[in-house]
Order: sequence, then structure tokens, then C-alpha cells
Amino acid sequence: MTTRYLEIRQGVLSKNDRLAADLRARFAQAGVFVMNVVSSPGAGKTALLERVLRELRAAGWRVAAVVGDLQTDNDARRLARSGALVSQITTDGMCHLEVDLVTDKLAGWDLNALDFLFIENVGNLVCPTWYDLGEDVRAVLLSVAEGEDKPLKYPVMFHSSDIAVITKMDLAEACECDLTAMRENILSVQPAIRIFETSAKTGAGVPVLIEFILQQRAAKLASTSVPPTA
Amino acid sequence: MHELAIAAALVESVAASAQAAGAARVTRVFLKLGALSGVSKEALLFCYDVATRDTLLEGSQLVIEDVPVTIYCERCRAEAILSGIQGLRCPRCGELSSRLLHGKELEIAGIEIDVIEEAEGER
Ligand SMILES: Nc1nc2c(ncn2[C@@H]2O[C@H](COP(=O)(O)OP(=O)(O)O)[C@@H](O)[C@H]2O)c(=O)[nH]1
Ligand SMILES: [Mg+2]
Ligand SMILES: [Zn+2]
Repeated sequence: MTTRYLEIRQGVLSKNDRLAADLRARFAQAGVFVMNVVSSPGAGKTALLERVLRELRAAGWRVAAVVGDLQTDNDARRLARSGALVSQITTDGMCHLEVDLVTDKLAGWDLNALDFLFIENVGNLVCPTWYDLGEDVRAVLLSVAEGEDKPLKYPVMFHSSDIAVITKMDLAEACECDLTAMRENILSVQPAIRIFETSAKTGAGVPVLIEFILQQRAAKLASTSVPPTA
Repeated sequence: MHELAIAAALVESVAASAQAAGAARVTRVFLKLGALSGVSKEALLFCYDVATRDTLLEGSQLVIEDVPVTIYCERCRAEAILSGIQGLRCPRCGELSSRLLHGKELEIAGIEIDVIEEAEGER
């Protein structure tokens, strides 16, 4: 028996990363714009997506959503009310989505028939950070009720996100949320992030977010030179 | 325990490499762990013992190299190592920087394996 050292130099999650790259290529080929939505439980992912799905559909876009949930299909049923194609991934206790679960869920779908896909991740600000799902934009949601220092407690999630959405703005005053401090804390862990403010209850701020999503999709299509389909 | 899934992925990946190299067992695993990886070292070490059970890695040692966050400050035109992760601010001038050079590593650097020599009869 001899002992030897074998150099590996490979990410621990390289398998997920590889599969995510494959899925990202398929999304690009089909011209689907994909958003991975993460937050702590109850920050308002489903409520915001209900609005976004409804408004995009009203504007004639073909939208779908995949929802990760520990146990129930409540969120999937809420989102399906928008008329969008919605599918549920019950993670059976696993506190995040991994890319193979999403790929399996999409197996029977014709991606070419979609313009937007939203993935509601499991409510958790730790584990979803590590798993690339092939998304174009990772959106981290933070409600005004959660405290200004949340980004400092979960810097890794905020650092890994492309946009941050401060949700439940209609409650900001009642919660005595210091929005300036909240914004500063988000930017201190990810200076390149874009911050939005929304209320799923009143709809305030949602059009600005939708405008951004539409722009991002247009930019993606232009760069992958797939002709726009809608 | 968030790190159990990470430990499982680590074991799966190492076991595959070790097997491909004809290893009889893995004795040490060298991991680079960035301060901004989000993985807790203590939790990972704890999960490692559970995750390696009944695998080629059983009884092996996980050797973790901590990698601090390093940013590049545009204003100072220099790299800076940060002591924490609560703000990506240059310790010299206070400017925020989005140019991260190190700190997100969650990488298997290498492994130490026991290989049965040809003379001992392995193929
Ligand atoms: N007032 C108010 N409540 C909201 C808003 N968004 C979500 N909620 C409430 O917050 C709770 C959790 O929302 P949900 O969308 O299920 O959060 P999720 O766990 O992140 O999907 C529900 O009771 C929602 O009605 C909002 O913008 N304003
Ligand atoms: Mg939900
Ligand atoms: Zn500086």
C-alpha cells in the first residue's frame, strides 16, 4: 500500500454547477428568462410573485413558476390562480432547491413556449445560496418587518444576489423600519446589487420591478441572438 | 444543520475521484473554505464524520484551510484582506468594493489516498 497526494482543485458543488450551466444554456436557447427568488420564510415571495405573474400575463407574456416547499402545495395553488403554468416541488424537508430537482420538474415542459420562469425557492437564507439553478437573476427578498440588520446576519445570501427587493413597504411605517439603514446594510455586503421596494398588498413598486425584468429579458435575448417570440 | 448537504456533496465528489485513481481508501481531504462561502467550519467538520460513514472516506481527516475575504480597492489600487464579512469596505480608505478576489472558496484542493501497489496484485 502506498500513500499519495492527488490534486483535485474542484468546487465541492461542481456537479450542481455543471448541471446548472447545462440548464442555463437550455434556457438561453429557448429564450426563457429565469428568476430565482429567495428569502426567509414569510418575507412575501408568493405574494409578490402572484402579482408579477398576473401582471405579466395580462400584458400577454407566457409565464410559468416552479415552487419549492418543504411540505405543502399551498403556494403553488396561490400562484396558479394567476393562470400561469405552475408546478410544485415538495422537497420533503430539504431546505433548498438543487438544480436536478428543477430539471426533473421541467422535463415535460416545452421551454420554447415560455418567456419567463420564476422559481420560488424554499424559505431559507442559508442553503439556497450554494445552489445555482441556472437562473439569470437571483432576487433576495427582505421584508420591512425583518429588521435592518438582516443583510449583515446573512451576508453570503445578499452577496450572491443580483437584486434585493424590500417587501411589504405598506408596513414600513408601522414596523418603524429604517429604510436608509436597511439599504446601506444591503449595499455594504454587495455594492453591485440593485434594490427595489415593493408592496404586494397595494402593488406599489411592482411596475418598476416588472420593467426591470422586461429589460433584462430583452438584453438577454439580444445577447444570445434568439429572435424575440412575443 | 445546513452543512449536511455540503458534506454529502463533498464525500460524493471525493469518493468518485478516489475510485477513479484506484484508491483503497482516502486518508485526508484538503478543503479551501472562504469566509464568504457561508459554510460553518465547525458544522461541516461535525457533518463530515456522519457523511463519510461506510464510504472510502470513512475515518479520514478533513483538513480545512480558511481563506479570508480579499477585495481589490479601486481607489487605493491595491488588494486588501478583510477581517470580517459584514461589509466589503477597504480597511485603508473605507470605500466599498464589489471586486472580490478571494473568500467564496468551497473547493477541494486535493486528497491523500492509499493505493494498492501493482506488486500486491491489484490488476
Ligand atoms: N401587508 C402586507 N403583507 C404581505 C405582503 N406580502 C406578503 N404579505 C403577507 O405576509 C405573509 C407571508 O407572505 P408569503 O407571500 O406567503 O411569503 P413567502 O413565505 O415568502 O412566500 C402572508 O400573510 C402575506 O399575506 C405585503 O406586501 N404587505
Ligand atoms: Mg411562499
Ligand atoms: Zn481603499
